[in-house]
Amino acid sequence: MGTPEGVDRAFAKLDTIKKDVVWWEAGAQPPQLLADGEVTMSTAYNGRLFAAEVSEAKPFKTVWDGQVYEYDLFVIPKGAPNLEAAMEFVKFATSTQALADQAKWIAYGPSRKSSAALVGLFNDGKTEMAPYMPTNPANMTNALASSYDFWVDHDGELNERFNAWLAN
Amino acid sequence: MADLADSASALIVTADGRPLKEALRAAQARAKWRAFLLVLPLLLFILISFIYPIIKVLERSAHNDKFSANMPGMVQWFSENPKGTPPDEAAFAVLVADLRAAAEAKTAGSVGERINYELPGTRSMFTAAARKADKIEPPFKEAMLALDPNWGDQEVWRVMRQGASAWTLDFYLSALDLQRDHEGSIVQVDENQRVYVQLFVRTFLLSAFITVVCMILAFPIAHLLSVLPMRYASLLMILVLLPFWTSLLVRTTSWMVLLQGQGVVNNALVWLGLVSDDGRLAMINNMTGTVVAMTHILLPFMILPLYSVMKPIPPSYVRAARSLGATSWTAFRRIYFPQTKPGIAAGSLLVFILSVGYYITPALVGGASGQLISNLIAVNINKTNNFSLAAALATILLVSILILYWIYDRLIGIDKLKLG
Repeated sequence: MGTPEGVDRAFAKLDTIKKDVVWWEAGAQPPQLLADGEVTMSTAYNGRLFAAEVSEAKPFKTVWDGQVYEYDLFVIPKGAPNLEAAMEFVKFATSTQALADQAKWIAYGPSRKSSAALVGLFNDGKTEMAPYMPTNPANMTNALASSYDFWVDHDGELNERFNAWLAN
Repeated sequence: MADLADSASALIVTADGRPLKEALRAAQARAKWRAFLLVLPLLLFILISFIYPIIKVLERSAHNDKFSANMPGMVQWFSENPKGTPPDEAAFAVLVADLRAAAEAKTAGSVGERINYELPGTRSMFTAAARKADKIEPPFKEAMLALDPNWGDQEVWRVMRQGASAWTLDFYLSALDLQRDHEGSIVQVDENQRVYVQLFVRTFLLSAFITVVCMILAFPIAHLLSVLPMRYASLLMILVLLPFWTSLLVRTTSWMVLLQGQGVVNNALVWLGLVSDDGRLAMINNMTGTVVAMTHILLPFMILPLYSVMKPIPPSYVRAARSLGATSWTAFRRIYFPQTKPGIAAGSLLVFILSVGYYITPALVGGASGQLISNLIAVNINKTNNFSLAAALATILLVSILILYWIYDRLIGIDKLKLG
């Protein structure tokens, strides 16, 4: 995708599936589309799928091959009145144990490798979280990191081309 | 005679001895002021919440100072050196100084964004250079080229020169699928990037189509409403008004339940054996979905003005025409229909203008082929963060509606409008 030829190839690939695709905008849509039988497979945020799969017992199965992941960031605004407390919180929230404990509440992967082994049960007390973690080593074998640099440079251009492609 | 007139006017005075004319004028002025004070809150509200934002949108569409406000040295260099001057060591020195200041103020991202609108792939050049700007030593030109050879690209410098003036019509070019080429002359963008003109055309055609469908559907309903006995008419009116009062979002999602592949309509058709199980109709996530849902949502805006016009039409007119020998078709065409024209005009104008700006329904049920221009405006605001382009698109939409309104006024006359 970093070269014009790569983008052309990507759009040529999209051409082959254009008439079979339902495009979604909001993260709540893919589980709904799957549950309604509108589509047979979908890309989705894994947290949403986990909720549908485990909490709502929907017959979904996640394929981790080729998963795309991105990082979330903590930001402390300049001049924050409680800088010390904020730093303390970030230190706690990014610690090995806290990141692993987060899995008890939501299927978001801990960003520390050392946390993976500490991931335990979901808050229902019986679901082993490790297989649902995008960062589980078994799920990470063919993962692609989303590039912020690429997207800030090409977001506008590719969105325009994508919309032009959709409209034609 | 003149004497008499003079003395007559001089004679008319009020009880306290002031000339009547003057007293009257003063009283009228007071009344006018009082009336003005009554509408003042509304006037202020409209100014603040309607006129001012529109002016800001107009300004935003032609004014973008992300580059010019943050790179003062470059702005000066561009104003001192004519177009086409190759960037020399001095130019690069100014560039590095500006990037240092931008890094300090954390504005390098905005600066790069402005250039990236015209020349995709350049935003990271600015942020990367700004990060390293305080370590760059003279000779600056060599150092910058070593950092990224693209800094020597004539295109980058041409677009920076464009960005150096905050006032620009470039966003209107983008909104019409046009751009400036290497020499600065205006050309169409690549075929695979053209989208906005097509979407404008689609928006207006689809809105016209929806207006016509609404008219055809609403006419008999409104007629029935106007001729039924009051008891049944009010019952029917509730059926029109209930959906009208229901949230737009609820009605749109209800259509999703009805129209989707495994939805109510398809299931019924399969059950009746009208379509096979693998031949389920695609009625949603395409233009059909947009047309069906929007027609349903906008129908009351056609029915209500039509009803208000049809209600007072005396049935005796048509009866008189029939008794004079007109066929029912002639009586309808020559007598009844012309009297409903103000209602049709009002309803059509309402439905058309509302549908041109429709956003949420096409976004939810329109899929790829049912998107309208407002969805593209949303993409530019929510996704690509190009507010100026979104403002230019919105301005074009606003101006085209005003032009249509003007044509409408010339053809039909706005005074013929009857809204209720």
